[in-house]
Amino acid sequence: MGHRTFERGIHPSYYKELTSGKRVEPAALPRTVVIPLQQHAGTPCEPLVKKGETVQEGQKIGDVKAFVTAPVHASISGKVKDIELANHPNGYRCASVVIEGDGSLRQWGSDGKVVDIGALQPEAVRQAIREAGIVGLGGAAFPSSVKLSPPKGKAVDTVILNGCECEPYLTADHRTMVEEPEKVVWGLKALMRASGAARGFIGIEENKPDAIDALTRALSGSPEIGITVLEAKYPQGAEKMLISAAVGRKVPPGKLPFDVGVLVNNVGTAVAVFEALNWGKPLIERVVTISGNGVREPKNLRVRVGTLFGEVIDQCGGLVGSEIEVLNGGPMMGNSQSTLAVPVTKGTTGITVISADEIQVRPYEPCIKCGNCVEVCPMGLMPYRLGDYGKLQMTAEISALDGLSCLECGCCSYVCPAKRPLIQWIRVGKLKLRQEARKAQGAK
Amino acid sequence: MDQKTTNTTPGTAVGKPSVREAAAEAPAAAARLIVSSSPHFMADESIPKIMHTVVAALMPAAAASIYFFGWRALLLIVFCIASCLATEYAFQRIRRQPVKIHDGSAVITGMLLAMTLPAGFPLFGAFLGSFFAIGVGKQLFGGLGYNIFNPALLGRAFLMATYPVLTTTWVEPRTVEKAVDAVTAATPIGLWKFEGNMDFNLLDMFLGNTAGSLGETSALAIIIGGLYLRYKGYINWKLPLGYLGTIAAVSAVFWLVNPARYPDPLFHLFAGGAMLGAWFMVTDMVTSPTTSLGQWIFVIAAGVMAVVIRIFGGLPEGVMYSILFMNAFVPLLNKHTRPRVFGMVKSGKG
Repeated sequence: MGHRTFERGIHPSYYKELTSGKRVEPAALPRTVVIPLQQHAGTPCEPLVKKGETVQEGQKIGDVKAFVTAPVHASISGKVKDIELANHPNGYRCASVVIEGDGSLRQWGSDGKVVDIGALQPEAVRQAIREAGIVGLGGAAFPSSVKLSPPKGKAVDTVILNGCECEPYLTADHRTMVEEPEKVVWGLKALMRASGAARGFIGIEENKPDAIDALTRALSGSPEIGITVLEAKYPQGAEKMLISAAVGRKVPPGKLPFDVGVLVNNVGTAVAVFEALNWGKPLIERVVTISGNGVREPKNLRVRVGTLFGEVIDQCGGLVGSEIEVLNGGPMMGNSQSTLAVPVTKGTTGITVISADEIQVRPYEPCIKCGNCVEVCPMGLMPYRLGDYGKLQMTAEISALDGLSCLECGCCSYVCPAKRPLIQWIRVGKLKLRQEARKAQGAK
Repeated sequence: MDQKTTNTTPGTAVGKPSVREAAAEAPAAAARLIVSSSPHFMADESIPKIMHTVVAALMPAAAASIYFFGWRALLLIVFCIASCLATEYAFQRIRRQPVKIHDGSAVITGMLLAMTLPAGFPLFGAFLGSFFAIGVGKQLFGGLGYNIFNPALLGRAFLMATYPVLTTTWVEPRTVEKAVDAVTAATPIGLWKFEGNMDFNLLDMFLGNTAGSLGETSALAIIIGGLYLRYKGYINWKLPLGYLGTIAAVSAVFWLVNPARYPDPLFHLFAGGAMLGAWFMVTDMVTSPTTSLGQWIFVIAAGVMAVVIRIFGGLPEGVMYSILFMNAFVPLLNKHTRPRVFGMVKSGKG
């Protein structure tokens, strides 16, 4: 109580205790990986390898000449079996490099040396982050090097690390903070150095006291960095909500954090920055929480990018029950998978398996104007009206009601007593609105 | 689009052999996968749950009405509920809509309507009121969620126009000692308004020991029910308290100016339908605004209007019309009192 937070939002059950006390274990080395050439927001990569070619773990296998993009790397050593269209956990099919492993392992950072922060050159850091294919590990997978290149005239004075992890079930960030606090702090300092920011904050929800302790210890002697303890509330980890709670600045609609002088990165991203700059290790694996009542043994695993969901779930004792819902991410924003033959990507924060009795399949009722959705919307929108307009694809009305500001956090659908699929409708409406805008631009 | 779809794995969704092989190696892939839109967590709420809780919250007031007015009160309540359910059923059948009389909303309308009637009200009239409330007030607008006006109040307004005498012919509660059997009696508001009688007992009014409509008399029983609803999280503090607060504030001004002529604010709070209206009608989700600012405007305007009608109007009571009148403004209020969008500097857009 009394911790910093944002306005409105919800308090769902978190169920984090299933995995919050479990150490991150390395997942078994996969025999085959499927590495999508798009694992980030932005331009997809072009393959740099051919079928039949031998690749080394960490070798760049996809890149493209574009500003908003991030290269992809081989997560295991072996032979390129194919380059094909494969299922992507975000719900589409994407050109992917399939690698058959040879079982060999590469050692990263065995010399234990850590580079001195003061010796880092900002541009070199940015370049190294780009070459390592680092993207935001909180789920949105926005290329980190782009965040470090604000347009001219925009200066960043504060870097915030996001350790909120407000999605139910997920504990990957939590464990990262508990187990690798020094790497988190080093990564934050490198990001501050690269962006020229003088201040740093690590935002953590109050329900992770062990993470707060671990980072407090790691931060001794770093007065420029503070820990912001936040109320455990959803969606506290949404970038705009976190900035508003931590430094009291509000990012205007349609603007980005650097418009208010802030750079936000996930704590996992900071660890990736550490490994890239000290060990030369690209982003080829990440911590994934596998949890939910539909999985026998919930765990936190360090999984190679490209490992199929089915293999990961098997390492957690398999599924419970024959009818389940498997999500890429947490239960609030994660998307359902129609097959387990989808790869873990850089943006896979967790695999949540919802058991049959938790799946709510029921028809929706008419809106009774209870106003609950308006009361909880962290963006100050009127979701019940946006939902109706989205359903009818009335784009002018969606635009007038600032529908594009919607984060799709799902608070409105969560509280709706009529079980109206508001987010689904709003998503359809936003998509239609964007399509129309693109068409209008093309016509000009 | 709205229904969940299923897909079995390994199945047709997977393309090239290499991926399919990989999936087939995994025993986990034998399960049936449900696909739906996020969020996959939802609060344990439903419309029937809300409505049944409101019915439960009305029980203390119903019990008080039976205690004060005898079995006739029970008969009237049960009869109104049955009439409302029958009307709802008939209209849903005629409109070829799914029959949802079990959702509890028609029960609330029946109970609320009965509570606004005098104990001696004829059953045929009660049926007409119920029919109008559900048929015209709710179903003709499109059913639950689409009605503009509070159905129970609309039914009561209809009866007021149809039976102006019967709707205002009250009896003394049976708990009051009286010489003659069941004579008609005036309510505290009626006594003050039309006879200038300022000699009232606030404790009796608070407990419900006065003449009046069934469920309106006992402020205590209504507050108990209202607090239960608040505890369950189904009403917002600002609706009942804003309404009652405004009634108290406006009536206090008159009372301070001329205490000999105007009764004090407590009288206004405990008399007539103020309590029932504040806790159970102003708070009706369907017919109250969805935005915070809209709710404030709604309750303050309704509160002012209730006192103005009571003091200056030709009617004995202002609660019903104050709420119905403001119901009409709800769509407008919702449209023009949007919350500020996060990060928006000025509310530039309408």
